[in-house]
Amino acid sequence: MKKLMLGNEAIARGAYEAGVKVATAYPGTPSTEITEFIATYDEIFSEWSPNEKVALEVAIGASFAGGRAICSMKHVGLNVAADPLFTVSYTGVNGGLVICVADDPGMHSSQNEQDSRHYAKAAKIPMLEPSDSQECKDFIKKALELSEEFDTPFIIRLTTRISHSQSLVELGERVEIPLKPYSKDIGKYVMMPAMARKRHVVVEERMERLASYAEETELNRIEWGSNTEIGVITSGICYQYSKEAFGDVSYLKLGMVHPLPEQLISEFASKVKTLYVIEELDPFIEEFLNKKGITCIGKEKLPIVGEYSASLIRKAILGTDEDTTALQENVPVRPPVLCPGCPHRGVFYTLRKNKLTVSGDIGCYTLGSMSPLEAMDTCVCMGASIGVAHGMEKALGKEDHRKGVAVIGDSTFIHSGITGLIDIVYNKGTSTVIILDNSITGMTGHQPNPATGYTIKGEKTRQIDLLKLCNAIGIDRVRVCDPFNLDEFDKVVKEEIAADEPSVIIAQRPCALLKTVKYEGSVKVNEEKCKYCKVCMRLGCPAIVDTGEDIHINEALCVGCELCLEVCKFNALEKVGGSNE
Amino acid sequence: MSNVSIMIAGVGGQGTLLTSRVLGTAAVKAGYDVKVSEVHGMAQRGGSVITYVKIGENVNSPVIEKGEADILLCFEKLEALRWLEYAKKDGAIVVNDQRIDPMPVIIGREKYPDDIISKIKANRSNVFTIDALETAKELGNIRALNIVMVGFLANKTDIRREIWYEAIRETVKAKFLDLNLKAFDEGYKMAESYSN
Ligand SMILES: Cc1ncc(C[n+]2csc(CCOP(=O)(O)OP(=O)(O)O)c2C)c(N)n1
Repeated sequence: MKKLMLGNEAIARGAYEAGVKVATAYPGTPSTEITEFIATYDEIFSEWSPNEKVALEVAIGASFAGGRAICSMKHVGLNVAADPLFTVSYTGVNGGLVICVADDPGMHSSQNEQDSRHYAKAAKIPMLEPSDSQECKDFIKKALELSEEFDTPFIIRLTTRISHSQSLVELGERVEIPLKPYSKDIGKYVMMPAMARKRHVVVEERMERLASYAEETELNRIEWGSNTEIGVITSGICYQYSKEAFGDVSYLKLGMVHPLPEQLISEFASKVKTLYVIEELDPFIEEFLNKKGITCIGKEKLPIVGEYSASLIRKAILGTDEDTTALQENVPVRPPVLCPGCPHRGVFYTLRKNKLTVSGDIGCYTLGSMSPLEAMDTCVCMGASIGVAHGMEKALGKEDHRKGVAVIGDSTFIHSGITGLIDIVYNKGTSTVIILDNSITGMTGHQPNPATGYTIKGEKTRQIDLLKLCNAIGIDRVRVCDPFNLDEFDKVVKEEIAADEPSVIIAQRPCALLKTVKYEGSVKVNEEKCKYCKVCMRLGCPAIVDTGEDIHINEALCVGCELCLEVCKFNALEKVGGSNE
Repeated sequence: MSNVSIMIAGVGGQGTLLTSRVLGTAAVKAGYDVKVSEVHGMAQRGGSVITYVKIGENVNSPVIEKGEADILLCFEKLEALRWLEYAKKDGAIVVNDQRIDPMPVIIGREKYPDDIISKIKANRSNVFTIDALETAKELGNIRALNIVMVGFLANKTDIRREIWYEAIRETVKAKFLDLNLKAFDEGYKMAESYSN
């Protein structure tokens, strides 16, 4: 049977069919659905781990124990998981181990555009790159087999357009793979200098064997066209773009991007007149060709930044320009915004009002940096808010940093904020950290996390007590406060930033999109009372509209959270509908 | 049917992802190769959202580019204007006549353009405006808007009606099946009786 599937869903299906026992991940666009789909199969144990490093370590454990395992993350997640990655390359595996990493060329929803292929090379781990959903399924199965055959983890590299495009997939049955017996082997599994020195030699030999395998595997294939004037070396989604841009020319489609097949490439190059290398982001394949002295055209014509497309390739290489008719019209942008009823709004309104310097973090709340809230000064990577606040304090001195706070989401705090907070305590900082506890991982589409008390399968589990956790690491001043109680929240913020010791404010109110959250009715403007002072506009709520003459509430959007009622000094905003009327 | 490229443009929360899935599923059932491309994440928080559905004998790139869409299905007027150049010159442009203000307009920093529909009509010949929101309201649930749009578009394809029903059955939640089948019929009817 054939089914239309997202690349991510096809990865999940492949893992299922290949008898995977354990699947771990930390969510991150565009990789999240892999593990969400895996969680629908009861034959596989799946989990949201606290972060990617832990996720990979759990998958490594499952593999050592003899079961097949898969671990998924977005590109920046691999930075977090890089430590175990570089050494599991040395230990090798027992049960097959595959790491799926999803890059995001064009940065649809990421903070950088890094190219994960460098990790494969640096960590000496083979990497496959599928070009559509069917290949996603086939490659994961193949990677698991090869992982066991070559005693190495494999990486599967995806990109947004592969992960989030649906194409047809032929479904198969699950094959139960018995656990491989585990036998104690400290030479292989305990990496300390004496053993690791020997394993490094094994790794180098393995990469040589894999390089020969790359020459003959059907993962890499030449498609001779009727035209050998032009030859194209490509992989992943760029294969699809190239096919559309060049049509009937000759292709070397690489399913395995590390290690690369030198002879196959030379042979292909020798039979075509002009050779192009089409790859998004860094010149990874191109540099290999350069090193081997094979002439090709790549980044001299094509960009190193952003996503490619068929027309981009056509324009850059064939010089053809599409004739399109643009309307000469100013179309206002439509950026994403904090939802109506979003609990983060109360926090950022208060921080802005107090003119604080806010070191921020990654999540829905990063939108608090945008106009009109404009209440975030920095955002680097997950967890960075806390270290950045501490660093600012140490550079500026305590007094001059009075106006600084860190904000971090609940999922992000657990991911990598705890160690930063320990640093503040240990190194005598006095920063205030605000944990935005909206009871969910919002940004990536509502995944439970350890602070929510639910597992990936929606089962109840022990809920982390953030207050006790902060106490335990040495924060004596921990306040829990509802960010929609603006007066109280303002008071708490003022008190905590004035304190001479580190403090944490847990801003607790659930995400308005959660099923358990039930706001009712909507808000209306009492035109007689409204003085058009526009204070309510500072909330940046998409339901409050400034028409240029007056304030108007868009009832279709208003959820009736009533936050705006608190900021209006003239009581001109009134609740209508809902049970308390 | 030769290759058909359908681009769907809307605002996060309007249900464009489901629309593309229904379209994709119907085309598969009708025996075509299909690719559907969507972008998740940041785009969903009320931002501008586009998805692509490419149908044909053999589809390579999942992405639709400027001047390539045979059908541009727009859930909101401003989005129609934003993505207009993606439609072929003679491409069909179906616009749900709804206005949703983006943040720069809401805060009074920019103006929502006037007369969007007539501007589009001045530029293109094959434009259909419908009020799918009103129809969905009449059906008792504004979230059915997306399937009203599907119904309208279905009428412009040569995929049989039963296939569309099957696709909807497989794609929407059981709880909302009846509503969505009705929404589809309403959209389909609207296309039949459409006059400019
Ligand atoms: C290392 C890394 N992993 C994953 C992500 C993707 N990501 C961005 S924010 C976020 C979680 C946000 O959840 P939370 O902190 O609870 O804030 P919310 O969105 O709910 O406001 C995730 C998973 C990332 N940017 N970096």
